[in-house]
Parts: sequence; C-alpha cells; structure tokens
Amino acid sequence: MNKPIGLNSLRSGPSDRGRFGEFGGRFVAETLMPLILEVERAYTEAKADPAFEAELGQYLTHYIGRPSPLWFAERLTKHLGGAKVYFKRDELNHTGSHKANNCMGQILLARRMGKTRIIAETGAGQHGVATATMCALFGLPCTVYMGATDVERQAPNVFRMKLLGAEVKPVTSGAGTLKDAMNEAMRDWVANVSDTYYLIGTVAGPHPYPMMVRDFQSVIGEEAKVQMQQAEGRLPDVAVACIGGGSNAMGLFHPFLDDESVRLIGVEAGGHGIETGQHAASLTGGRPGVLHGNRTYLLQDDDGQIIEAHSISAGLDYPGIGPEHSWLHDIGRVEYVSATDQEALAAFQLCTRTEGIIPALEPAHALAYVTKLAPTLPADQIILMNLCGRGDKDIFAVAQHLGVKL
Amino acid sequence: MSRIAARFAELKTRGRGALIPFLEAWDPDHATSMALLRGMPEAGADLIEIGMPFTDPMADGPIIQAAAKRGLAAGAKVAGVLEMVRAFREADEATPVVLMGYLNPILSYGPERFCADAARAGVDGLIIVDLPTEEADLLLPFSSANGLDFIRLIAPTTDDARLPHVLNGSSGFVYYVSITGVTGTVTASVEHLQAAIPRIRKVTDLPIAIGFGVRTPQQAGSASRIADAAVVASALIDTLSAHLDADGKALPGAVEAVLDQVRGLAAAVRKPKV
Repeated sequence: MNKPIGLNSLRSGPSDRGRFGEFGGRFVAETLMPLILEVERAYTEAKADPAFEAELGQYLTHYIGRPSPLWFAERLTKHLGGAKVYFKRDELNHTGSHKANNCMGQILLARRMGKTRIIAETGAGQHGVATATMCALFGLPCTVYMGATDVERQAPNVFRMKLLGAEVKPVTSGAGTLKDAMNEAMRDWVANVSDTYYLIGTVAGPHPYPMMVRDFQSVIGEEAKVQMQQAEGRLPDVAVACIGGGSNAMGLFHPFLDDESVRLIGVEAGGHGIETGQHAASLTGGRPGVLHGNRTYLLQDDDGQIIEAHSISAGLDYPGIGPEHSWLHDIGRVEYVSATDQEALAAFQLCTRTEGIIPALEPAHALAYVTKLAPTLPADQIILMNLCGRGDKDIFAVAQHLGVKL
Repeated sequence: MSRIAARFAELKTRGRGALIPFLEAWDPDHATSMALLRGMPEAGADLIEIGMPFTDPMADGPIIQAAAKRGLAAGAKVAGVLEMVRAFREADEATPVVLMGYLNPILSYGPERFCADAARAGVDGLIIVDLPTEEADLLLPFSSANGLDFIRLIAPTTDDARLPHVLNGSSGFVYYVSITGVTGTVTASVEHLQAAIPRIRKVTDLPIAIGFGVRTPQQAGSASRIADAAVVASALIDTLSAHLDADGKALPGAVEAVLDQVRGLAAAVRKPKV
C-alpha cells in the first residue's frame, strides 16, 4: 500500500554524502571516519540481506512485542470535543518505549560486524534501558553514558540499567544532560575503535545513523498506516509526535511523507517557554550549525557556542535535532510547534485519568499539542499520535513537580 | 613560500624537527594567554598552535575540555582569537601560527569571512577537528583563496587505501593523531610511531607532526626525530592549571612555569641525533 519510492519522493534521502538537503553529513574526527564508513557498509549489506530482515522481524515480534496496538482514545476524544484521537501504542513495547525498535536493529548489526562491546548515550534512560536490555539478551558488555543531572532525575532507569548488567557512567561536563553524554560516548568510541559499537539512540549523529535509526523506527508509521486502514478505512488527517532528537517522530512520519493529505506535526520541548530562552526547541529557537557529527538546527549563541537546552523531560533535553527534521522543516513538509513543561504536565495527568495510560513526559508534549488541536477540528477528522513511551519512569519527577511527597 | 613551509625548510637545513606548543585562547584569561603566546617563540617554539575554545570539544580529554571552559568563561570569541594573533604579529612576523578548533564557531562566523579575517590577522593554517576530508569543501575553497594551509589529521585508523584520499588538497603539514583516543590520555609507543610515519611518508612530501599524548621532553625529542614535529598540548595546560588559584585565576609565575616547560621541550628537540 505504500507508494513506491521514486525520484520525486520525499523518502529517497539521504544522498550518498548522507545529506538531507544541506543537513546531515559526516562531521567527525578522522579517527572515527573509517568506523562510520564501516558501519555504513555493514548496514547497506544488512539492509539488502533478506536473512537480516527476517531475523529482525522475529525479534520484533517475539521479543519486543510488535506490532504495537492502535488505540482509539475515546474518552479523551469526547473530553476534547473535536477530532478523533488515536494512539500508536509504542509504550507497550518491551522496555516501555519505541527505543527498542532501533536498539534491536542496531544490536543485530553490531553482531554481524563482530563487535563485542556496546556503548550508548541516554537522556531519560529509555534508550539506555533498551540498549542494556538487548546487551543482556545477547550477552554483550554495555556501557551507557548519562548526564549526571539525568542520573539524578531518572533514578529508576539508572537502577534498571544496572540490574540489566550495564555500566552507567555519569557525565559531569556541561549541564550533565544528553548533549554531554553524547560527547562522552564519542570520546569512548574514539578510544575503543577496534571492538566497540556505538549504538546511537536517535536520528542524529554522523551518517549513516540518522538514516539507519529512521529505517529501524519506520516500523511505527508502517504499522500505523495499515492499522488505520483497518480501523477507519483511510489515512489519518494529522500525525503528531514529540521531538527531542526526533526518532519516534521520524519513525511515525517517514511512511507518511509522500501522503500529501496527512498533516505532520512535530512537537518540540518548550521548557519554561520559548520566550524565556530556557527550552529545547532547536527548530523553533535555533539555527543551523554542526554538532555531534551532523549539520542541523542547533541552540547556539551568536558565536556558535552550543547553548544548554532545558526541558522537564530528560529525553527531549537536547540542543539539536535529527538532520532530516531540519530538512523537512525547511521544505515545509512537517510543521514544528512546541509545548511547555507545564502543558506537558497537564497532558500527562489528563491522559492518565481519561485513558488509564500513564504516558512518558516525552509523548505528554505531543499530547499537550493534541489537546489544543483536536477541539479546533471537526469530529470526522482523525489525529494519530505516537505514544512513544510509558511514564512509570517519570512518576517520581512528576510527583516532585506537583509538590507531592512519595 | 608560506610561513609554515619556510619554517620547516629552515629547520631541515638545521637538521632538526619542530616543537609546536599549544595554548588555549583566553585560558584562563586574555592577558595570560597573550603573554604565553608572546613568550613562546623565545622559549623555543618553532610553530604555535592556538586552541579556539568550544563548548563541546569531542576529541579532547578532560585537560583541554577544562581549558576550553575557562577560555569561554573568560570571554573568548572567534573574533577575539583572531585579534590575539593580530597583536602577536605586531612583534613576530616569522613564527607560524596554526588555529585548532571545531567547525561550528567558524560556520557561525561565516567560513569565507573567517578565512579572510584569519589570513589578515596573520594566521597560517587551520586544523578543524570535526571537518574530515569528506566535508572539507565547506571550508577549503575559502582557506585556499586566502592562502591558509588546511592541515589534515591522520589517525591510526586511517588505512593505506584511505590515506591519499585524506591528504588530497592538504597543505602546510600533516598532523598525525598518534593514538586512538582523546587528547592528553595515553602515549603512543616509539615502535608504533616508527611504523606509522613511514606509512604516511609514502603518500606525501609534507612535513609530519605528531600530536596527542606527547608530554615529556624525551617524547617530544623522539617524536620530532621520527617525524618532523612534535605537538605538546595537555602537558602544558596541566602546568598552567597547577598555577591557578581556587577561582581559576593565574597565580604569579604561571606564564614563566609554562614557558620553562617549553624551554625543556625545545632543548630536547634540539638535541643532536644520537
């Protein structure tokens, strides 16, 4: 049912230089360059190998639990009084978020490449937990870099990773968040080039990561497309997802890019509000630059120094965004908006009470926008939202914000 | 002939390699780093490498990360680094100055404007850590047009098949990152260097500098003999940071302590071959 990907398709990127328009690329030190070329070669071979696809499919079905359900959020829809709201329930994946899709794909690739040690960065800890889980499954040693600030605000996930056998290394440089964790993971990779595979958790970093992670996450949108046909006999009118680096959004959007009737909306973290400067909305409040191996929109000062992001959600607290999003922003195919910490907290509670689903603070940002959008649309319109993670990890942080002592 | 080429040619006639000390601009403040820069040629620097502070120095270890942080806190800006070089040139026309940094501040300044302003200030070459050959066209046209050497990094992971590709369009000298790791951590063995440098010489006539992990006079002497130059960075910043007070301000004698260390390194580089 997907249209074939032709020359005029928005799905044909990146170029062989890893570019989406002027974004993306491979901005890494020479020491890493041969490694990312090796990852690219290995991934290209794996992608063409039916055995790889079959192996991944087996694990996605029986270990991750795919396909994830499509859920008509009826009480929420009634509450909002407008368009029908559907959730793509990627929070039901093993490990509790969409991160498992990508981790499974990449760890199978790392095994094909003969790598014996896995490193990863994590913000909220969802990617770290998913990586630690796959490493436990395959018996591979795992080191996860996590900003010291995040280690504190995501304590349950830190403990989970440790239970799974991973070594969690707190990073104290910078503000001790996701950006700094990524710096440190890259430093580890440079120092351990021969045996180590860097399992990047989002659609950012040097080529081929943005493409590869997108491919592994596209299962979200592909399933949703089929499921929506079954439920409603048509495509949704709007698809909404939250964006930090942007992997769950890219996974949802990519299969819909050529379906012109589908509005695509990415919700960045507005933190205390865009006007305060304390936010993580790279597209809304940043400009193009180069960080972590790719050219993309970044929060930066007038002299090109990177500015620390702020969000209540550790998973969105990143001053950059995947390069394909930057391109989709510039060509106008995807609309990018933002939701503040407070709006996300309100949506978090609303979802919990009306649907009996505790969402992660990350998709609570997407939901915050849905609560604004749905009432403005007629009842025959359909909104598809990616509920990309569950909120168990966030209840302590939320309690604190609500002034509740546990 | 460029200042870099002239300096290496001159050293060749003297039968020795070059010492390239490093300082981070504005670390820990403008006056101190300016005094270090001005004092380095007399202390025995043959070329000087100036680090341009960046918030996210991904190829650097904790020592240079801290130096960059101090530099930024002291107010380092791209224009300010160029101004440092311009001020240095008032009294020194001969010592080549190379800027080492990360791409984003240069992109933000504007690559074309940066190269023009750098050349005007008296900069001789650029080492941009996160700009591999694959992406060099972002800067190379402008550095060439302004007569700046575009210095390429070669790593132990750069295999023979890749070497000619990486060195295509390089000038000035070649910077051999002698370890797989970040700055200021481990040191390459003499055996490793003795195998690596001839491998690079097969594909280039440019002088080769060895950097990352060169700390002691003995290591600098040995690296400058195996290759053509030794870059010493973290060891000098270690000394500087040992001469800072609790607030990160330079204590009296900080500049002399670093320059003394440069003198020690320079003496080892000047020692005749055994």
